[in-house]
Amino acid sequence: MSAPRIEWVVPAAGATDRHAIWKKAGAIGLLALACALPWVSSDYSLFQYSQVYSYAIALLGLNILTGYNGQISLGHGAFYAIGAYTAAILMDKLGAPYWATLPAAGAVCLVAGFLFGLPALRLEGLYLALATFALGVSMPQLLKYHHLEAWTGGVQGIVIAKPEPPAVLTNAGLPINADQWLYFFALAVTILMFALGRNLMRGRVGRALIAIRDHAIAAEAMGVNNALYKSLAFGVSAMYTGIAGALGAIAVQYVAPDSFNIFLSLVFLVGIVVGGLASISGALYGALFIQFVPNIADDISKAAPWAIFGVIMIAFVYLMPTGVAGAVRLLLARRKSP
Amino acid sequence: MNRKPLFVAALLAAALSSSVLAQKKYDPGASDAEIRIGNTNPYSGPASAYGTIAKSIAAYFKMLNDRGGINGRKVNFISYDDSYSPPKTVEMVRKLVEQDNVLFVFQTLGTPSNTAIHKYMNLQKVPQMHVATGATKWNDPKNFPWTMGWQPNYQSEARAYAAHILKTKPDAKIGLLFQNDDYGKDYLKGFKDGLGDKARAMIVAEVSYEVTDPTVDSQIVQLQASGANVFFNITTPKFAAQAIRKAYDIGWKPVHYLNNVSNSVGSVLTPAGVEKAVGIISSAYIKDATDQRWANDAAIGQWRQFMNKYYPDGNQADVFNVYGYTVAATLQEVLKRCGDNLTRENVMKQAASMKGFRVDTLLPGISITTSADDYAPIESVQLERFNGKQWELFGEVLGK
Repeated sequence: MSAPRIEWVVPAAGATDRHAIWKKAGAIGLLALACALPWVSSDYSLFQYSQVYSYAIALLGLNILTGYNGQISLGHGAFYAIGAYTAAILMDKLGAPYWATLPAAGAVCLVAGFLFGLPALRLEGLYLALATFALGVSMPQLLKYHHLEAWTGGVQGIVIAKPEPPAVLTNAGLPINADQWLYFFALAVTILMFALGRNLMRGRVGRALIAIRDHAIAAEAMGVNNALYKSLAFGVSAMYTGIAGALGAIAVQYVAPDSFNIFLSLVFLVGIVVGGLASISGALYGALFIQFVPNIADDISKAAPWAIFGVIMIAFVYLMPTGVAGAVRLLLARRKSP
Repeated sequence: MNRKPLFVAALLAAALSSSVLAQKKYDPGASDAEIRIGNTNPYSGPASAYGTIAKSIAAYFKMLNDRGGINGRKVNFISYDDSYSPPKTVEMVRKLVEQDNVLFVFQTLGTPSNTAIHKYMNLQKVPQMHVATGATKWNDPKNFPWTMGWQPNYQSEARAYAAHILKTKPDAKIGLLFQNDDYGKDYLKGFKDGLGDKARAMIVAEVSYEVTDPTVDSQIVQLQASGANVFFNITTPKFAAQAIRKAYDIGWKPVHYLNNVSNSVGSVLTPAGVEKAVGIISSAYIKDATDQRWANDAAIGQWRQFMNKYYPDGNQADVFNVYGYTVAATLQEVLKRCGDNLTRENVMKQAASMKGFRVDTLLPGISITTSADDYAPIESVQLERFNGKQWELFGEVLGK
């Protein structure tokens, strides 16, 4: 009953036929470009793009929580770490194939996120931000904890093997190397996760999350179970980030506590704001930003790379207050109107 | 006497040697004009204090290039920020190897960062030269023939303390405090190896702490209760300061050995209270420019000139800048010896055949020796004692 009432909050898919066609053409073009990249890029660039995909999934996860549901998290690096370690431990200790570690990492983080979300429900706004900040700050130290060392490898971390392209492909004479294979694997996972995320956010669940963000009491009055949806948002968000962490660990082939410090969590937050809050495509823009802008900043100045990063970030936020995704939407809308 | 054969032989020898000279061999990153060298360093983030090392190295190569380079080739030193984050190190090192086509990477900094690229470098067969970490695992030419350390590793430093204890206090009762991780255990192993058979009898207490612990006060009390009269303090700066203060406050006065990791006057001894640190023994291997002993030293004088001209922003009280200068001079010698054969294999080979090579900013008596199965360039240190103001070197150089 409540669903139709708040449907107008989300811009309906394909407001006009022309708009829908444009969007479809754009998506197909992007996909074609993504598939063509491995044949024109160096292995090193492919590794970077694989990282971008991993970040994009993490940002989408954080966006579900912060952008759609309005809960601020300063500790998503912790879930990224849990996902990465789940993958590394499964591969290193139990000999699991790399692809099987992704669902496992997702499941572990879903549970971890849901459980963390339960007590966090009592905390609003900035207080929740502080609680998640504590989680993010403590994670590297927890990973060094010596009773867990048999599993986590302590400060030394875990080195994992690089995934090889499946024998079926190489035997068929396809000239595909490990980096290209990893890229396609990351791309496939990203497409799957984005499709799932889009469906989730466009449907009843997404509308409920947005309703809670915009007016919690009104949402409750309409029959939305706030407690359940907020914990669920936490769980799903952590699941996305965990899967991203596992993918990132496979790409880097190494996990260590120092890889997941509080800065990672803050960079994720920067990513969703720059990319565009409450936007699916924003996660991709944000991932490109956090992957490449620090490198550009380092190229410009070795003395103060983060000052340059700050200037670029301020420029983005100032010029595109609704994120890159918002600016793109605006641009498309202008082209459409005569 | 017929001189002809001699003449022919001489001619032959000349022809042979010139053909050897003429035979230039290059791997990616080397050419007639330049030698490209890669590096990652934390210019930002929690460990950015180390960033000055790569800056002083870059300045050193600039000086070298102004003087004509190495064997006529300019050094192109490409350094990227990795913020001490292992995934970033992997990304940047892959960029250096695959995109910038460097001949090798040099002085990549940090144990976790180097662990992250260890396997990759050895699979790619690109030298991971003179890494900036003290872990002992970099000296493993059998399994990792493309990775080499430089500074004295934790184990050889600990062996030096053990040797000193055996010599000066053979009936010592030793108490140990160590950080419970690879770094702490590395020291522990070297120390016990150094004591040999006597380790079991001499060590009366072995106490550890976690990096997550707020203080080490209770550990110090425990060590005092054990009756130890020698204390080997294997701690990182914050805990080292706590340990020094607590031992003094509860009136425990053992002979105190402090690991090199925490022997900074500014960040450890001063916060602990310099009067509480009098008599502590530690070790060093390069000249500290703040030490009055080197005020008129020629090498430190040259280093100051270098700093003034090529790295004027650099802090001359920071021993890291002497470190960067010294390690860059070591690499200069390796590349000089490579001659025109600038292949990755030959770089590794030359780096592994140093025999008593000295850079004058190393302490007197300390030199660099390597071989095909010894990838640990500096293996000796000299002990020093804190006099309430600064460190004073004493005794002879210990180690190989």
